[in-house]
Amino acid sequence: MSDASTSAKGDLQLKNITKTYGDFNAVDDLTLTIPEGSFFALLGPSGCGKTTTLRMIAGLDEPTTGSIYIGSTDITYEKPYRRPVNTVFQNYALFPHLTIFENVAFGLRRRGIKDVKEQVDKVLQLVELPHLAERKPTQLSGGQQQRIAVARAIVNRPALLLLDEPLGALDLKLRRQMQIELKWIQTEVGLTFVHVTHDQEEAMTMADTIAVMNEGRIEQMGTPADLYDNPKTAFVANFLGQSNLIQGTVVDTEGENLVVDLFGQKVRVQKNRSVAKDSSVLFGIRPEKIRIQADSHTQSGCVLEGGTISDVSYIGVSTQYQVEMPWGQELMVFEQNDDGIPPLDKGDRVKLSWEPIFSFALNGHEDATAGSEVNPEEE
Amino acid sequence: MAALTSKRGPSLNPLDSLKNKVGLPYLLLLPGMFWLLLFFLAPILTLVSTSTKVPGAGIGEFIQVHRWANYWDALSAMHTQFIRSFIYATLATLLALAIAYPLAYAIAFKSGKWKNVLLVLVVAPFFCSFILRTLAWRQILAQDGFLFKILQFFHLVNSSTQLTASTLAVITGLSYNFLPFMTLPLYASLERIDPRTMEAAGDLYANGFTTFRKVTVPLSMPGVVAGTLLTWIPAAGDFVNAQILGNPNTTMIGNVINAQYLQTTNYPLAATLSFILMLAILAIVLVYIRRAGTEELV
Repeated sequence: MSDASTSAKGDLQLKNITKTYGDFNAVDDLTLTIPEGSFFALLGPSGCGKTTTLRMIAGLDEPTTGSIYIGSTDITYEKPYRRPVNTVFQNYALFPHLTIFENVAFGLRRRGIKDVKEQVDKVLQLVELPHLAERKPTQLSGGQQQRIAVARAIVNRPALLLLDEPLGALDLKLRRQMQIELKWIQTEVGLTFVHVTHDQEEAMTMADTIAVMNEGRIEQMGTPADLYDNPKTAFVANFLGQSNLIQGTVVDTEGENLVVDLFGQKVRVQKNRSVAKDSSVLFGIRPEKIRIQADSHTQSGCVLEGGTISDVSYIGVSTQYQVEMPWGQELMVFEQNDDGIPPLDKGDRVKLSWEPIFSFALNGHEDATAGSEVNPEEE
Repeated sequence: MAALTSKRGPSLNPLDSLKNKVGLPYLLLLPGMFWLLLFFLAPILTLVSTSTKVPGAGIGEFIQVHRWANYWDALSAMHTQFIRSFIYATLATLLALAIAYPLAYAIAFKSGKWKNVLLVLVVAPFFCSFILRTLAWRQILAQDGFLFKILQFFHLVNSSTQLTASTLAVITGLSYNFLPFMTLPLYASLERIDPRTMEAAGDLYANGFTTFRKVTVPLSMPGVVAGTLLTWIPAAGDFVNAQILGNPNTTMIGNVINAQYLQTTNYPLAATLSFILMLAILAIVLVYIRRAGTEELV
């Protein structure tokens, strides 16, 4: 089977992909290029269309409109077994009636490859489980099954490896370990990985590029650091980590900065960190960038006064404060426990301050809570 | 056991302490054991004992002489019917499998909201008596029946063809009567297959047919084994179908045993044949399970 489609190589391109169920657009006019050899993550809450997108790339679903290319080959309507694409399924979908060896050999045997034993042994070495070759999948632990699922897919050297929530069934510790391992395997084999997840930490640990999806569309795409530091929408700001988003109005320009009025207090934000279309903005600052101090202190940078601590939770590496502002909004502050000063108490009057370079400004007509109410664990 | 219960903390269930003291599992087994003893073991011993008797002076009188040669005599007299029974049962089982597998597959994977309706329809024939349904087949296959007329229209039969009282009628009758016993275990094992394993096979370069052959069939083997056994065993011992749908040349071993018991009242011969049938079925089933067991069952 060495025809054009199974041997296609190159970047994965999705062109204007739409998938409709009844009158619901699961995926809405999605256009995306995933460079060859990259580790790409599709991140979003359940129902955002990421799994549907993955299934269309795998050939398990057909797009309603649009087309999918690998390099210059159109694979939109190609059968799954004729695509150079392999999938690591959620819950692995190993063949329970076959040994681990035969599970891994399955794809090679279907393609009539000669040195099956050699290749299977090699990939079992790679995932460090050669001693389990003769076992059945049910005799393996969750983490081992996960690695076999990866081995079964990458042994075929596909142009594209799809991972559908691959770590969802593992406990937290194992998940962390597997994140590092998957990243290492990807570097080792140099294949393009497309990883679908609702877990932002998982996406950030492994992916070179993340596309944040919401309601069938890509909200924003970029490196993990870029997405975190420069969110362009309220959804991204809230879904990737946490953000304080405060309604404000741009009142002036000071050199490279915009002056924003937040309920009577003036703060600054760099012009190039604002995506606002007019004077109405959502002023954003990440909780860990904020310094919190008793009202009496004088502070540098941007300052918001008149806060009252409404809740304190001590979680070891940091202390998390909820601070009620004069206009009624609760702001979140994470303070590293690195200064030996005992945490402030509930009811204390405080000032909040931060360096202006950390703040960002979004379109003020957006819903400030978008992306914060979705429960990402609910898939 | 003690470690397990102590881990669960103090038990609030009075049955737990009972279990530890008197061995509740054994207590629960008692009624069943008693039942088997009375209605299985005892009759078998009676059967074996009757099988080595010889006719006495009076009618219906038999004397125990431990004549094991009865078995040899019975086999040489009736081996044709034995072999015929097993061939009929095997053909009927294969036919039932050929009909039931696509049916069970469709119910398990393709029926959507009709799944439960279809399952009820599979079982529905049980609401009508076994004998009645078999008699109905005689009507369906009769020369003045609609099926015959349809076949005649397509020139598949002519007026001299006899569909009833034939080997074909007996085998199809057996298949028909035991079809639910084939369908339900097949459905149960197909339905348990994770559809993602089939998607995974497609993802790993297997086309539809290869996926069916390499994944679906192996994973449904428990259902195939259960279904074929549940069909073959009763079919091999059946006498109703051969009696109602057959002719003198389709006599199965069940018919012989039936006749020896109830008409000829040759109890030793009937008992001998019954016991041979039981042993033969047991032996064939054991070989079959061992062979099927070497396949990669889950």
